[in-house]
Amino acid sequence: MPLVYYLLLSALLFGIGVAGVLLRRNAIVIFMSVELMLNAVNLTFVAFASHFKNLEGQIFVFFVMVVAAAEVAVGLALIVAIFRVKQTVFVDEINLMKW
Amino acid sequence: MILDMAINLQTVLFFLFSVIALGAAIMMVLHRNPVYSAIFLIVTLFALAGFYVLLNAPFVASVHVIVYAGAIMVLFLFVIMLLNLKQDPSRKRGKVARRAFASLLVVVLMAEMGVLIGGSLLTGNGVAATLPAIGLANGAADSTGFAGDTAAIGKQLFTTYILPFEIASVLLLIGIVGAVILAKRKLTS
Amino acid sequence: MGHFGYTEIADSNSRPQGAGTTLKVSINFEISMQKYLWLIPFFPLLGFIINGLLGRKFSEKMVGVIGAGAVLASFIAAILAFTELLGLAPESRVLTQTLYQWLATGNLGIDIAFRLDALSMTMVLVVTGVGFLIHVYSIGYMHGERGFFRFFAFLNLFMFAMLLLVMGSNFLVMFVGWEGVGLCSYLLIGFYYDRIFDETTGLTCSGAGTKAFIVNRIGDFGFLLGIFLIFATFGSLDFETVFAKAGASLATHEVSTAIFTAITLLLFIGATGKSAQLPLYVWLPDAMAGPTPVSALIHAATMVTAGVYMVARCSIIYVQAPIAMEVVAIVGLATAVFAATMAITATDIKKILAYSTVSQLGYMFLACGVGAFTVGIFHLMTHAFFKALLFLGAGSVMHALSGETQITKMGGLKKLTPTTFWTFLVAGLAIAGIPGLSGFFSKDEILWKTFLHSPALYVIALIAAGVTAFYMFRMIFSVFYGAPRMDAAVMHHLHESPKVMTVPLMILAVLSIIGGYVGIPHLNQFEHWLEPAFTRFVPAGASLPAAAHGSFGLELGLMALSVIVALVGIYIARQIYLIKVGAADRIATNFSGLYNLLKRKWYVDEIYDALFVRPLMWLSENFFWKIFDVKIIDGAVNGVAKFFGGLASVLRRWQTGIVQNYAVTVVLGVIVILGYLLMR
Repeated sequence: MPLVYYLLLSALLFGIGVAGVLLRRNAIVIFMSVELMLNAVNLTFVAFASHFKNLEGQIFVFFVMVVAAAEVAVGLALIVAIFRVKQTVFVDEINLMKW
Repeated sequence: MILDMAINLQTVLFFLFSVIALGAAIMMVLHRNPVYSAIFLIVTLFALAGFYVLLNAPFVASVHVIVYAGAIMVLFLFVIMLLNLKQDPSRKRGKVARRAFASLLVVVLMAEMGVLIGGSLLTGNGVAATLPAIGLANGAADSTGFAGDTAAIGKQLFTTYILPFEIASVLLLIGIVGAVILAKRKLTS
Repeated sequence: MGHFGYTEIADSNSRPQGAGTTLKVSINFEISMQKYLWLIPFFPLLGFIINGLLGRKFSEKMVGVIGAGAVLASFIAAILAFTELLGLAPESRVLTQTLYQWLATGNLGIDIAFRLDALSMTMVLVVTGVGFLIHVYSIGYMHGERGFFRFFAFLNLFMFAMLLLVMGSNFLVMFVGWEGVGLCSYLLIGFYYDRIFDETTGLTCSGAGTKAFIVNRIGDFGFLLGIFLIFATFGSLDFETVFAKAGASLATHEVSTAIFTAITLLLFIGATGKSAQLPLYVWLPDAMAGPTPVSALIHAATMVTAGVYMVARCSIIYVQAPIAMEVVAIVGLATAVFAATMAITATDIKKILAYSTVSQLGYMFLACGVGAFTVGIFHLMTHAFFKALLFLGAGSVMHALSGETQITKMGGLKKLTPTTFWTFLVAGLAIAGIPGLSGFFSKDEILWKTFLHSPALYVIALIAAGVTAFYMFRMIFSVFYGAPRMDAAVMHHLHESPKVMTVPLMILAVLSIIGGYVGIPHLNQFEHWLEPAFTRFVPAGASLPAAAHGSFGLELGLMALSVIVALVGIYIARQIYLIKVGAADRIATNFSGLYNLLKRKWYVDEIYDALFVRPLMWLSENFFWKIFDVKIIDGAVNGVAKFFGGLASVLRRWQTGIVQNYAVTVVLGVIVILGYLLMR
């Protein structure tokens, strides 16, 4: 398949992820949308790796996954901690940092 | 242009996977129940794994399934269950403006990205034939000798990229420690 | 280190007046003072720093030793420089030293540099010599005063500034010294900062200091404009450069008389402020609020002479502006007369002397105005001796009488404080112009030169000289002769001043007697010494506007006339104040209108107050403060703050605390950047 198709698909997935971040209220779903964005980017990397016949893209994907894993662990721990205090996971109710 | 392409297993699989991925992603974003969202995300991830296989990256595909679908999403589900989240309530009134604006932004963003990427598609005729083709067993343009198998990646990882590798392990350690501390219940005396 | 050598010159034919050998003794030093000129102002600066910072902890003796010692060191350095100057040929009698470059912007390059030529050497010797004697005197006079160390610190600072003024080799260093002496004058006049000076007007001592400073400032404005004009005309502020160019203009006339007139008039305004001439003299009588040594040093011998020095220094410019010279002469003469009239009726001993100072300064300016610059400086020197002596003597009298200043409450001190009396008498005779004393020679030179210039001016000057003799001896007779009019408590504490005060008096008395002999007409060493400093800028071939000459017989005749006038003045004073008791009061009642006018100082202070001070205060308070400062400036500053406060209170609503809003912003930013990249 032409490279461009993979890139377009990845762009679409990325856009759907952004939509999820901006439009959902549930913090966990927002988080999952962020994961979707990361994965779209992974797809781009692998596509380019295949295009340029270079393994660096795949290795970078490896590291992106590492980071994503660590990030999820910490992020979910944060959400749990906030839930304990505010008893909610809806981001528009967690607005103590307003003016 | 689409019709120019050869109908072979590659193409079919590509479109199949893409339909699954896009559909599941959209459902993930739209569905009210967070558990369902998680499940849909898992489906998307599997579709992506299929893409990786198509793109000469078997190792990445396996790791993807193991780490992402197997560990990360399970963690998500644990947390959703732990917090005992029910369905998201219906939207509050008065926030329509923000949501409309956000939707507009998303559309614009996708359009921009589309223009960035696909600009070349619009520039000429018969472009598809000149576009480089990638993926498994793709004819003349295919690479011989390029394989993203475990041995090759391992070799790269432990020689050229050894430092990022070690740092990544430290990063994971930090993640573990941080997660434990953050989620610990405070001991009340 | 140094070796003496002398050469004997058999010189019987070179001098027209007399035959005889001339013995020249030259003292050669291996170390040239040229590199150490900076020491002369430095010692008093050091004294100021030490006494100012540490003086609080020192004993009175230590403070006095440091203060007076610093000036003594300056004096010694000045003597060394003087001997070196004497060793040079008259045309090249200049020592200069450049310390460092102060400003270098565009065309303007100013160095901190010193210049010792005959004129500044004279001034330095007078300033440090008389200054030293006054410092010693102050050790005794200020004994027991609160703030003893502060006094000496300020006095040393004053010496530093005055030396900068006279030794500066460009107009800007001179101006720095000019302002510095003004500052020290303010600090020292207001030394007793919490005392009321004038009961009738409620003027405090610090108020008197403020008055001095402000009136000086008005003059300084003119001075500064003059400096600007000099720079615009000559392109430099360095004396050598400016005066050389001005001298060249004598021959080539490239600079117009109008420019010269403008420069000189502006400079003269500065001189009127600093040297207390009409119309800016009003600060000097009130400056008597300061301690007596301050009056002696600053307001008699040194600071007030800075204006005369400045005019003399710029002589090459003045001679090319005849109109300005006339103005200087007339203003000087008018001031001399005006101040003399006010001295007739004053009863505060220091105020009489203050008016006398104003009057004598007028004489100096008269001399400069008729072109006799060396004579003006000569009178400056002799005046420094006898006026300082008069002030210190007055201080001694006040010390003896526990602070009494009204001459109506004094009397009979001739027998009670003999040293003070004899020295005071010497000074009085000197200022009256009695032959044999220094004042006679200098004042007579002035009168002679004035006569050659304009007989009309001479007559007025002569009358003023007579009035001078009259009021001086009015004071002497009231204070020292007759029956004592002090009350019992004062009589009880009456005592002659201690040695530390009377020795300087005696030294100054000796100087008042012999100091004039350097300027005897026709054997005039002083003129020979000083003249080259003025003529060196005259280019070869050109000449100064010729001074008139008169016959020696005429000169002798006028000399005799002035002596007679002085004696008449003394006689009248004796009649009124000594012989016929009560005559003074009867005259006062008979001529009460005139008497009151003079007693109230021609109402000048009241006129100035109504014309200038009150309107300015009203303007300052009601317009500049209430409207301009409060509403406009504060309004602008507060307005800026309020604007940003308002802006912030609007903008802060952006911080909603909802994360998704921030995410929207991020995405918006990404879109913008992507769009920009797409456009390219």
